[in-house]
Amino acid sequence: MREGYEVIYQKPKTLTDNKMHYCPGCIHGTMHKIFMELIEEMDLQEKTVGVCPVGCSVFAYDYMDVDMQEAAHGRAAAVATAIKRMLPDRIVFSYQGDGDLAAIGTAETLHACNRGENFLFIFINNGIYGMTGGQMAPTTLEGQKTTTSPFGRDKKNSGSPLKMTEMVTPLDGVAFTARVSGNTPANVRKAKRVFKKALEIQQQNIGTQFVEVVSNCPSGWKCTPVESMEWIVEKAIPYYPLGIFKEPGK
Amino acid sequence: MGEIRFMKGNEALAEAAIRAGMQGYFGYPITPQSEVIEYLAAEEPNHDYTLIQAESEVASINMVYGGAAAGARVMTTTSSPGYSLMQEGVSYIACAELPCVVANVARGGPGLGTIQAGQGDYFQAVKGGGHGDYRQIVLAPNSVQEMVDLTILAFDLADKYRTPVLILSDGAIGQMMEKVELPEPIPYKPDKPWATTGKTHDRERNIITSLYIQSDDMEKKNIHLQRKFKKIEENEVRYEEYMIEDAELIITAYGVTSRTSKKIVDLARESGIKMGLHRPITLWPFPADRISELANKNKVKAFFSIEMSAGQMVEDVKLSVNGVKPTFFYGRTGGIIPTPEEVIDFIQKKAGEL
Ligand SMILES: Cc1ncc(C[n+]2csc(CCOP(=O)(O)OP(=O)(O)O)c2C)c(N)n1
Ligand code: SF4
Ligand SMILES: [Mg+2]
Repeated sequence: MREGYEVIYQKPKTLTDNKMHYCPGCIHGTMHKIFMELIEEMDLQEKTVGVCPVGCSVFAYDYMDVDMQEAAHGRAAAVATAIKRMLPDRIVFSYQGDGDLAAIGTAETLHACNRGENFLFIFINNGIYGMTGGQMAPTTLEGQKTTTSPFGRDKKNSGSPLKMTEMVTPLDGVAFTARVSGNTPANVRKAKRVFKKALEIQQQNIGTQFVEVVSNCPSGWKCTPVESMEWIVEKAIPYYPLGIFKEPGK
Repeated sequence: MGEIRFMKGNEALAEAAIRAGMQGYFGYPITPQSEVIEYLAAEEPNHDYTLIQAESEVASINMVYGGAAAGARVMTTTSSPGYSLMQEGVSYIACAELPCVVANVARGGPGLGTIQAGQGDYFQAVKGGGHGDYRQIVLAPNSVQEMVDLTILAFDLADKYRTPVLILSDGAIGQMMEKVELPEPIPYKPDKPWATTGKTHDRERNIITSLYIQSDDMEKKNIHLQRKFKKIEENEVRYEEYMIEDAELIITAYGVTSRTSKKIVDLARESGIKMGLHRPITLWPFPADRISELANKNKVKAFFSIEMSAGQMVEDVKLSVNGVKPTFFYGRTGGIIPTPEEVIDFIQKKAGEL
């Protein structure tokens, strides 16, 4: 610390010093940060076990300074299920993209929710397969262009974009569902409050917690970070409304 | 003397897993193996383990991954089509070096096949099955007693080498009832400092992964794995032999066909033919050195691999014999167990041509 200076802001101790590989403007990094801030603030570092997906956040374990497992593509929910069952007093979360959670891993996601597995899903919905270079995801919006929907997603061929939060909300096993975003400072703060609520619910052991993040992918969407934030406001949020969909006692 | 019971093979396997201190079981029903999950579901209230009927074998094997990486003794069991679904997971488990037990109570294939016993999954079991360069220990029980003994051994070997261990049984052994002696429950104390149980302040975080994106790192990982496999090959070969000392004709067989083969040896001996049986108990590591030693005995004239497949283990027998003596294959498929009579006819015909 330089003399005459004081620390007014720093990253949480629960994030490592490794340089993140995410593209500039990508919300993955923002979500890592606020979630790990919470783990620090709630003093959960020693108790937490996380599961990474296959997707852009495959290396989340390089950044999140908690015990972590890397699951096969789509299988994070099955992996997290077993971790929580074997270690019921730990805090367990999975961190997954939309291809991972809502395409190849749909069965594992739905059944973990239906069994009411007591872990937190952090579902990063950027409407695209970021890692593999921008192919269509089950959540890609109608008309949205990707490398595998070069003329825009056609509902007749690919169906409508999946609304996972709305799908899992009615399941009895699910205790808490919400959709947040990371597109504005206000939404980032809201997202952090929602994650906190989810972790508190996990400590009460009353059912699955599912938080969807309306995210971005400037590289895959072939736009600037600022344009990607505009897309979230104009296109994504109207189709994927934000808010808490289900919480205990309401 | 342990407790004596009259049990089905699948139930004996399940009971042995309980006594080995299994903490998590994840499975999906499939004939001829479903008695394992049924038995464990009925016994669950009396013990400390957790059981989940998963939504698929894909989920089961990934639950095994998560549970093993959390430091628990875990198992899944299935039969052939289900084992095919698990292959991606087994490859990940082998690379992430997670100890676990998987049992394939095999049926006849390919495809949906038949629910009768089969040995057509040998290649899948011992040559990989999933992608990439990995090996797993493969144990082949041939009695209900061995369903117990090898299940307990499987848990120990899995922990010793941090590796998946496959019990490759078959529908006949899984379904038959025999007398078994059960061991006392084994006190199991996990010592797994690598497990993801929560990063305490006195250590770095633990990461369980099979991802090594840099070529150098991936090759290092492979070299490490290959060294481990070599050590297993040096230390863990197991087999049983019958009437082998003066044998001129040697049958190789595992699992249910090794039982009929014993009968074949007896029948042959009655008519003055000097026959013996070599039964691999570990299909990987394969008893290659021992078979080679037998092949190099002057009095040994030929080998006969008897299988319920179109010819799979025979390839390893041939590699071990290495052309020193003729090696023949006789097999039935479709779930049909070769009868002693048809095998003796085959052996006599071939021996006559030598
Ligand atoms: C079995 C299997 N199939 C395909 C892949 C290739 N793959 C890697 S990541 C990915 C999609 C990732 O997209 P998403 O889950 O949306 O995450 P993002 O990168 O957008 O954060 C695919 C198809 C794989 N690794 N494994
Ligand atoms: S490819 Fe997309 S999702 Fe992946 S890091 Fe870059 S911007 Fe983020
Ligand atoms: Mg995505």
